[in-house]
Amino acid sequence: MSELSRLDNDQPLLVAEGLAKNYGQLAACRDVSFSLYPGEVLAIVGESGSGKSTLLQLLSAQLAPSAGCVSYRMRDGVLRDLADLGEAERRFLFRTDWGYVHQDPAQGLRMAVSAGANVGERLMAVGWNHYGRIRDTASTWLERVEIDVGRIDDAPKTYSGGMRQRLQIARNLVTEPRLVFMDEPTGGLDVSVQARLLDLMRNLVSELGLAAIIVTHDLAVARLLSHRVMVMKGGRVIETGLTDQVLDDPREPYTQLLVSSILPP
Amino acid sequence: MTAMIELANAEKTFTMHLQGGVELPVVRGVSFHVEPGECVVLSGPSGAGKSSILKMIFGNYRCDGGRIGIRHHGSVIDLATAEPRQVLSIRRSTIGYVSQFLRAVPRVATIDVVAEPLIANGVVREEARARAGQLLRRLNIPERLWPLPPSTFSGGEQQRVNIARGFISDLPILLLDEPTASLDAANRAVVVELIAEKKTKGVAMVAIVHDDEIRHLIADRIVDVTSFAAAA
Repeated sequence: MSELSRLDNDQPLLVAEGLAKNYGQLAACRDVSFSLYPGEVLAIVGESGSGKSTLLQLLSAQLAPSAGCVSYRMRDGVLRDLADLGEAERRFLFRTDWGYVHQDPAQGLRMAVSAGANVGERLMAVGWNHYGRIRDTASTWLERVEIDVGRIDDAPKTYSGGMRQRLQIARNLVTEPRLVFMDEPTGGLDVSVQARLLDLMRNLVSELGLAAIIVTHDLAVARLLSHRVMVMKGGRVIETGLTDQVLDDPREPYTQLLVSSILPP
Repeated sequence: MTAMIELANAEKTFTMHLQGGVELPVVRGVSFHVEPGECVVLSGPSGAGKSSILKMIFGNYRCDGGRIGIRHHGSVIDLATAEPRQVLSIRRSTIGYVSQFLRAVPRVATIDVVAEPLIANGVVREEARARAGQLLRRLNIPERLWPLPPSTFSGGEQQRVNIARGFISDLPILLLDEPTASLDAANRAVVVELIAEKKTKGVAMVAIVHDDEIRHLIADRIVDVTSFAAAA
């Protein structure tokens, strides 16, 4: 029932209002407003240069907006403007309550230390100090992301691309975040490896009742993982709605073009 | 209203921007209602808009005008204007949709594909799987296939898996798009039985069936979609 209560929760987890980012004359992102609810998966789709990655950085407080604001409901239930957070609160979000899955696992992992340490590090950052418990939890998470526990002492530089991406997901989820940002999570992977990763992510997101914001140019990823989709073009959100509605009944010319560009299976 | 579904002047037009903005009117003035325990069958030739109407009632196609009232958790929500979150909530606990084709996730076992809607509504996994097994057995899917993903099954087997998945929940509204299209006589009879059982439980259904014999067996009322044809 926990998933249900999260999904029926009426308090938004994250609220974006009038977000914009300018690089000199260039408006990379303009006037984006939406609310994300607990347990909800939102896909941001669009082609290269549409502003979707800039938007993800604004939402995850890695970039300061030129206008507008992002608010997040902290664990005490209070909605706070990210720009007003103190350093300790900000660290809490990045280390515990949020996950961030990069397209390139090398950006989200420490490639030269063991897989176990990659997962354990996030736990130590939130105060875990019992070696045995950390290792047990790391093992459990490797199993959950279908990595042979026998590889726990190997560094991710010895892993395949698909394994690295699964390890990055384990590292992010081990602290039980409430919100995960994903930037083209299947981007650099072979098609067969992608399918396995998507299936895994879909199960984890629903089991854990995670909210997620996924940037992708792949509409199949959006269809499989997200409840809702925002289509971006030229820094603006041009169409938004239920994922199957936007993909099966697209309204805007650009969305119709995107949808019609998919090769039939 | 006592109706579970009430459409009033619902309409749908596709605007094809890639074809120079051609307007393709599909249906207009769609008005009918469905009471609990009643099966309404939509009739009309191919292309008349039957499937579009079903998709509008599920919130898969947007409604461009009029109203689609759905009784959900004791109050009426207009699907034509509902927020995405409301539509998702309606799909979780009020409306089920049995399409002609199974859109299965790779790697998921048949028994779990069928059990999933129950689990999503809070039923314990073991009980959900037991009920999934009962339905699969009734629909003549041999037990040795249950652990396998349905993607390699024949068209008829996939459709029966899909029917099991659609009929397993206790949702008060079911939309059926050609539920018997590629089934043999024995399995068609099972589906007719399942529909009759849903009626006794007060489920409101809207169905599309081309087979005259099946239509005669399940329909309490027939709504002729040609009267909603939108003049081009």
